[in-house]
Amino acid sequence: MRWRPGPIVILLGLAALVPVLDLLLPAAFALSEAVRTVFLYAILALGLNVVTGYAGLLNLGIAAFMAVGAYAFGILTCEIYPFQFGFWSALALTLPIGAAAGVILGAPTLGLRGDYLAIVTMGFGEIVQDVLKNLDSITKGMQGINPLPAPALGGEQWTADDERKWFYLLFVLLALTVLAVRNLERSRLGRAWFSIREDELASRAMGIRAERAKLVAFATGAALAAFAGGLSASLLSSTGEPNNYDFQASILALCIVIVGGIGSIAGVLVGALVMVGLNSIVLVKATAWMAAQGIGSQGNVLLSPNNWKFLIFGLALVIAVRVKPDGLLPPRLEGTRR
Amino acid sequence: MLDFEVFVQQLITGLSNGMIIALIAIGYTMVYGIIELINFAHGDVFMLGAFLALTLLGLLGMESWGPWGQAGGVATMLAASALFCGGLNWSLDRLAYRSLRRSSKLALLVSAIGCSFICVNLGLFWGGLPMEVFGGGMAAAAPKDFPALIPQTNLLGDSFIRITPADLLVVAITVPLMVGLTVMVKRTRLGRAMRAVAQDGVAAALMGIPVDRVIGATFFIGGALGGFASVVYALYNNTIGFQMGTRAGLDAFTAAVLGGIGSLPGAVLGGLTIGCVRSMSDQYLETRWTNTIVFGILVLILIFRPSGLLGAARREKV
Repeated sequence: MRWRPGPIVILLGLAALVPVLDLLLPAAFALSEAVRTVFLYAILALGLNVVTGYAGLLNLGIAAFMAVGAYAFGILTCEIYPFQFGFWSALALTLPIGAAAGVILGAPTLGLRGDYLAIVTMGFGEIVQDVLKNLDSITKGMQGINPLPAPALGGEQWTADDERKWFYLLFVLLALTVLAVRNLERSRLGRAWFSIREDELASRAMGIRAERAKLVAFATGAALAAFAGGLSASLLSSTGEPNNYDFQASILALCIVIVGGIGSIAGVLVGALVMVGLNSIVLVKATAWMAAQGIGSQGNVLLSPNNWKFLIFGLALVIAVRVKPDGLLPPRLEGTRR
Repeated sequence: MLDFEVFVQQLITGLSNGMIIALIAIGYTMVYGIIELINFAHGDVFMLGAFLALTLLGLLGMESWGPWGQAGGVATMLAASALFCGGLNWSLDRLAYRSLRRSSKLALLVSAIGCSFICVNLGLFWGGLPMEVFGGGMAAAAPKDFPALIPQTNLLGDSFIRITPADLLVVAITVPLMVGLTVMVKRTRLGRAMRAVAQDGVAAALMGIPVDRVIGATFFIGGALGGFASVVYALYNNTIGFQMGTRAGLDAFTAAVLGGIGSLPGAVLGGLTIGCVRSMSDQYLETRWTNTIVFGILVLILIFRPSGLLGAARREKV
């Protein structure tokens, strides 16, 4: 049989061509910077997809794990703390740290029914933000921890100007994440997750250890979210303020998964492109264009594209679950169709 | 001032705010009791009710009315916000939730989160209305001052402990509503239908109960209580903003879970408890930790006693 590229390969292949496309386009239309954000959110949403898409556990606080990763990276690398790890070792450590945070939240709560679990994760998200704001002697409060190091390859320290290097680093890490998640999906564990999602009682009867499988899903999602957080902190050279990891960020990740196709890797990639594209490309460029045209946002709330964000996210969720409950690119794995 | 007086004062504030929280919590608990949905948008419907009240207040120029006129104004705002919030909540069910009755609970919850975001955005736009009371529309996102139509003077004269007409207003509005609702659920045909649908929707439908209409009525009543609560909240706290629905909603949901979700007296008990916890935490700890404490309580109850204080244990078939 001839090999034909699946949607994942096509999407990643197209994404890899963006910097080349940028060489041809005028500078005002350059896309690579925004596409980097798409990559970051795609990693975050792939983590959420493991929890919500595969294991069927609604997590409304995924951004909190992103915050855990970002602040862990900050504390491990920033010169004001005693650790002073390098980029690579600190980034690698965000994975186990995120997983540990996931286990700490997940172990006592995963026995809860679905909607209560959703509320607990949402509460956890708010608590993490409050703690980061209030423990300002450690977390620097609203200023965030900075400056943070960029990666160094071959003894050469990157700077903010190395845009293409950053682009391809994030691209490679996203591709590795996709590969890892795809292998998980097809493993014994992945099938256990699908089985629990469809019918937990039956899965238990078949000998699946549901508690343990759910905890692993939760920890995996948290680890990937923390990984995305560490990357984002290094990219921005700052953890940013705690509010960057608020409920809205968690919902953006949820929108990506729901709109793209819950439980589908290709769907998450498309969802990230659509939702983050709207959020970081269309709205940002529209704001810049309107400012250039002299249409001020002063005095009229409707004229600032940014003010439409909540409406767009909200409508995306309501319409997606109603019109396309399986998302734009539903999962195609055999035997797991809903 | 004595320590004891401080404590009593915080207790009064806590109980007044707790009554308002309880009124919102009833909206969550009723809807959850009947279709097992955490109606995320409920807090934001409450927020829009307060915006409607402020709009009416500005349009009719209530601030310049005499004392009796202002009392009439308060009654007008209560009626208008209750109808508006009830209608809005009913429409959310009709447009966003009803078609998902057969889908997974997860889909329903996601739809409710979407509705919540839409309502928040409408609140942001509403706050940008070019009206005097909204600050001329220049800063849409800024909190709005809500004129104190009900005076905050102390009825106890010079005593340190303050009981104000606003405190009395809270009691005068919330208590009759709670009593009336309890009677309604226990005694009327609609109340009996609601309990039947909550017990077993399919069986209720087979017995000839119009299930969708009963669920719609539940949304309307829950929303209307939120509308009453929004006006009382605005008159008591004198500041409203488009993001207040999230916090009020979380307090109220915590209250509903604390009391035992699905239970009306539980929602009231939970509301009063959360109100007091908030005011005590503001006084004896630090304000900036209050939200963390409320969330901490929520998480702990869900882990250790998910059926709440007054709720019966219900096992979910997994």
